[in-house]
Amino acid sequence: MSGPLLHVVATILTILVVASLAGFVLERRAKDEKAIATVRNLNARTRSWWVMVAVLGGAIWAGATTTILLFALLSFTALREFWTLTSARRGDQLALFLSFFVVLPIHYALLLDEWYGLMSIFIPVYAFLILPALSTLSGDAKEFLARSAKVQWGLMLCVYAVSHAPALLLLETSVDSRLLLVYLVVVVQLSDVFQYVWGKLIGKRRFSPNISPSKTLEGLIGGGLTAILIGVLLHGLTPFTPLQAAGVSAVIVTAGFFGGFVLSAIKRDLGAKDWGYVIEGHGGVLDRIDSLTFAAPLFFHIVRYFWAA
Amino acid sequence: MTALIRRTLIVLVRFLVGARADWRGCAPVTTQRIYFANHGSHLDTVAVMAALPWAVRRLTHPVAARDYWGRNAVLRWIAEVGLRAVLIDRKPVRGEDPLGPAAAVLERGRSILIFPEGTRGSGEEMGPFRGGLQRIAARFPAVELIPVHLDNLQRILPKGSLLIVPITCTARFGAPIRLEPGEDKGAFLRRARQSVLDLVA
Repeated sequence: MSGPLLHVVATILTILVVASLAGFVLERRAKDEKAIATVRNLNARTRSWWVMVAVLGGAIWAGATTTILLFALLSFTALREFWTLTSARRGDQLALFLSFFVVLPIHYALLLDEWYGLMSIFIPVYAFLILPALSTLSGDAKEFLARSAKVQWGLMLCVYAVSHAPALLLLETSVDSRLLLVYLVVVVQLSDVFQYVWGKLIGKRRFSPNISPSKTLEGLIGGGLTAILIGVLLHGLTPFTPLQAAGVSAVIVTAGFFGGFVLSAIKRDLGAKDWGYVIEGHGGVLDRIDSLTFAAPLFFHIVRYFWAA
Repeated sequence: MTALIRRTLIVLVRFLVGARADWRGCAPVTTQRIYFANHGSHLDTVAVMAALPWAVRRLTHPVAARDYWGRNAVLRWIAEVGLRAVLIDRKPVRGEDPLGPAAAVLERGRSILIFPEGTRGSGEEMGPFRGGLQRIAARFPAVELIPVHLDNLQRILPKGSLLIVPITCTARFGAPIRLEPGEDKGAFLRRARQSVLDLVA
């Protein structure tokens, strides 16, 4: 394990240990019902973080194939959550079946095969054209445009966008490509975590009560700046200078914020609070990777255009 | 070996349909019970079984239609060995109790899972309950009757489709009901059906 990576692993473990201890103390101190509920949720989140760190860390350590397969599984679960909440008609059955069992596997197979050219257009061009074409065969024109758009959104968000995180493993830069994935995930997730923490500590002004009632302006700025600072401190994992790391982190944080925001808007539209239930305290997989869906493609493209060999 | 195959089957079903359990009105304990659920697709038997924890599942036998599950050797094997199902004839010979095999399982102290609509509804609407549930309830008054509602199964595998869309199916388990002494058959069946409908999110 290289120096900077060792630091990251040690830091993450330290943060988790501190968070677990703090949660333990807070649980004993919490008196009224609201505080107890908040602490319980916080502790559930921490417990889930241990599992998520172990699973993702284990997959990255095991190698590119394992990591890509893990992300394929995350995409599958996210797509399931998306379609459990989104309505469909009988005429969409074929398009949905193909989304899960043909398009998703082919997309990730292309990634495993390192066939970037086809991977980058397979869903945006071919799935986009072929799935609605097949849907017409069911003869149901009702809400056809909206239905086709939902099919495409599900794939773009849950499969195409998410897959740009493991796609970082294909890039040849001056550093081990696994470090780039670690960097992206750490910055984007800590941005979420610190937005939550700053929001709970000093949050006053609601940013957009209609879309995401818990997001505050203070949380947003505090969390964003903290995450950018972390991005600068971790520049050793990347080919970036500290200044470049600040710029790239700012892009990750902004994209991540809008990822969470857009997915919240969709959730409100569908009348749901969480996407799913599989991650204790967080909701669904899509609740946890919402920011990654927007940050991953941007980070991937920036690194690929400016730093890849 | 059989245990391993059963386990694999359950993992596969959980992967395909989520099979999430939501215990609203009762706990997942090994008390002898009659679970009765709405019927949405051929997957519903496996969906409920996959949602039950192992300790409960091993004591619970789904009651399944012989004309579907007994159709070929593979389905029959999945039903009888994989799911510990009892197969019944939906159109029995005159004078025979179609639920006889299910009653025999209850006599042994095991739980059963039945689908009182008898046949899959064509739309979202749940069909009326058939009389078997009342006869079983009258014969085993000490056994808890647990309503179960399965959502999304019509979307996962609609009638007449061979294509599965693997969205999450949630099995909601309600509070136990009982056949009251002297309760009219029709009234009980309507009340039982309503107890399933009340579980809709």
